[in-house]
Amino acid sequence: MPQDSSKININSGGVQKNTYDAIVIGSGISGGWAAKELCELGLKTLVLERGRDVKHIKDYPTANLAPWEFRHHGGITDKDKKENPVASHCYAFEETAMHFFVKDKEHQYIQEKPFDWIRGYQVGGKSLTWGRCTQRWSDFEFSGPQRFGYGWDWPIRYKDVASWYSHVEKFIGVCGSKDGLEAMPDGEFLPPFELNCVEQHLKESILKNYGNRFLVHARWAHLTQPNQTHIDQGRGKCQARNLCTRGCPFGGYFSSNSSTLPWAAKTGNLTIRPFSVVHSIIYDEQKQKASGVRIVDTNTKQSTEFFAKIIFVNGSALNSNLILLNSTSKRFPNGLGNDSGLLGKYICHHNYRGWLGGEIDGFTDSYYFGRNPTDAIIANYRNLHQIDTDFLGGYTTYCGAHRDRNNGNNNPQQIGAAYKESMTEPGGWTVYAYLQGETIPKEKNHVRLSTDKKDDWGIPQLITSVEYDDNDDKLLNDFFVQTEEMFTKAGVKNIYHTDSKQAPGLDIHEMGGCRMGNDPKTSMLDKWNALHHCKNVFVTDGACMTSTGNQSPSILYMTLTARAANYVVEQLKKNNI
Amino acid sequence: MDRREALSRVALIMGGTIIGAEAFLSGCKNPPAKEGLFSTEDVALLDEVGDTILPTTAASPGAKAAQIGAFMKVIVTDCYTPEDQKIFTDGIIKLQDAAQKKYSKSFMEMSPEQRTEFLIALDKEANDRSKEIAANDSKLTDEQKHERKLQQDLGTYKRPVEDDPHYFSLIKQLTLWGYFTSKPGATQALRYVAVPGSYQGCIPYKKGDKAWAT
Repeated sequence: MPQDSSKININSGGVQKNTYDAIVIGSGISGGWAAKELCELGLKTLVLERGRDVKHIKDYPTANLAPWEFRHHGGITDKDKKENPVASHCYAFEETAMHFFVKDKEHQYIQEKPFDWIRGYQVGGKSLTWGRCTQRWSDFEFSGPQRFGYGWDWPIRYKDVASWYSHVEKFIGVCGSKDGLEAMPDGEFLPPFELNCVEQHLKESILKNYGNRFLVHARWAHLTQPNQTHIDQGRGKCQARNLCTRGCPFGGYFSSNSSTLPWAAKTGNLTIRPFSVVHSIIYDEQKQKASGVRIVDTNTKQSTEFFAKIIFVNGSALNSNLILLNSTSKRFPNGLGNDSGLLGKYICHHNYRGWLGGEIDGFTDSYYFGRNPTDAIIANYRNLHQIDTDFLGGYTTYCGAHRDRNNGNNNPQQIGAAYKESMTEPGGWTVYAYLQGETIPKEKNHVRLSTDKKDDWGIPQLITSVEYDDNDDKLLNDFFVQTEEMFTKAGVKNIYHTDSKQAPGLDIHEMGGCRMGNDPKTSMLDKWNALHHCKNVFVTDGACMTSTGNQSPSILYMTLTARAANYVVEQLKKNNI
Repeated sequence: MDRREALSRVALIMGGTIIGAEAFLSGCKNPPAKEGLFSTEDVALLDEVGDTILPTTAASPGAKAAQIGAFMKVIVTDCYTPEDQKIFTDGIIKLQDAAQKKYSKSFMEMSPEQRTEFLIALDKEANDRSKEIAANDSKLTDEQKHERKLQQDLGTYKRPVEDDPHYFSLIKQLTLWGYFTSKPGATQALRYVAVPGSYQGCIPYKKGDKAWAT
């Protein structure tokens, strides 16, 4: 259902009616946080969302379905696959969660080089389907580019964000163990999911054989033991169903829909406007700051303007770049705040090409109960204090072990009763690992606007031009060699590894294009995520990333958002903005 | 991201899948009326074939109780590529012809013992074929596999005939997948807990305990 768009149309309401204290573009993981903080701090806040509304629980149509209740038992049809060559690459684009993904034809873009742009246009954005892994960055990551001379320096260090990480962790609920690792700082944790017996064995073996490599429970945004803050949000304990991408009716994992947005709404300061594609940010040449946002209503195709003192850009990394590039004015002919010409450049992502698996004998007297929605992690052990490899950057290794139904392959006959019965018991244990590797920001990896092709709303289409380089190949190879060695020493056999050669983007960790930095000549944003040249516009989603680090980025976006929102409200009080 | 599911999906895909949609021209003298790719008789036959692969045992019902024929019809019709659909539907005819040739009766008329014996032979034939395909595949470099995947995405890939799966591999794969994710398969042959409530990483396993369905 379209929202009541006529009510807030500028033509019927006038400027005053369309004026808020703050506008947040996007309702995903960082937009939700901007809304929560700004509303709590007393600002009347308008959240613009290009997609439909998705209400917590009510709009999770598949959340409680058993496998047999899906027509294709969770599979994907040939038609859906053929119509969505990009989206169908995503592991979660199947019958169970397809409704939370943008179909290829819904928002076209131009792949100058192959790039899988996976999007979720709805209230909550991709926070409904995100991976939920929430490690903190360490100073190794913040200082890496500067220490080793790749990329540009971050204007912040770990100490600048540590307390904001805590602020976010306490609210969203992060489970994990305090491991005391310098490459993966501890935070405010709820109890971790347990390692299973094979994972525990891997942990001990790796520690014994290497001394400085640590397999630990990773940190995940799941409520293993909700505290009052979470109960107040209406959320409950994670039920270990591992059906997260469908939306969780228990609120067991964090999403904008289950947490920040309803929280913001409770203040009475929040207005969410779905079906609102942002065309551009309006720049006031006299006041020399942004005055509002121009949107196109996707139902009426009508253009409307909204106004506010401050604007948060949280449209997801590439869409935030697109909006800024399309926000041209006399002062900024090449995109808002883009004096440096850097906007859209240095797009980077995470290297997710490495997959590895194997089998391990024994442990047949052990099993587990429930479905663990998390993986274990081997914290980055590469290029920390110095460069100790032939590549730059580090990587995180996700891993785990499980024990599936016996495949029946050892049964003498693979037809009939005995065969069937053999498959009803668990088989041996299998072990897996996959890579999340840092990539190096490069000027040639960029996005820009098409000069001739427009989308359905009259906005230029985005051109993506992003590719891997030699460093990615070397890092990938190191992951294969090292992980295979660690696993072999732990007794894992029949190890295979695969380079998925997947296109950049399928990692769904696209970052950069509007990076932070101290120097306006070499960066777009200052240390508070404000545009150097348009100080009332804040970009706090993946677009702000100066480098990629090796940890999952979402919690850093949330942290930077909360930090920026609190900063801006202080500045407003002092009349500095 | 939660990539674990992706891994299991890969395993699924590696089994092979595909297409269909033309009317039969080969061998079949008086084809029964079909609604789409499958006649009622086809579905009944697939029920029996599935139930021979996974029969009723003391602990749990067989694949027929999971309406495995109807499941195969849905998956082949909706999810297979046209070329795999053809392999599958041609396969139904081949299966019937082979039964006729070997036992001088139709599969439906054969005794349970005969059906089992027949499918064991067919399974061996299918396994040999799978091994050949795997051998072909192992000769490909990562680059070639990647190229193949890109072509598949674009719909320009033409699978060489020597890589066509055996129809019985498709039937068996769908039987296993469909049965163990069906209500009787998941809840009676295996153990299914819709809402575990919490996760325990390491608990004792004693022989005879069923595997978790998901």
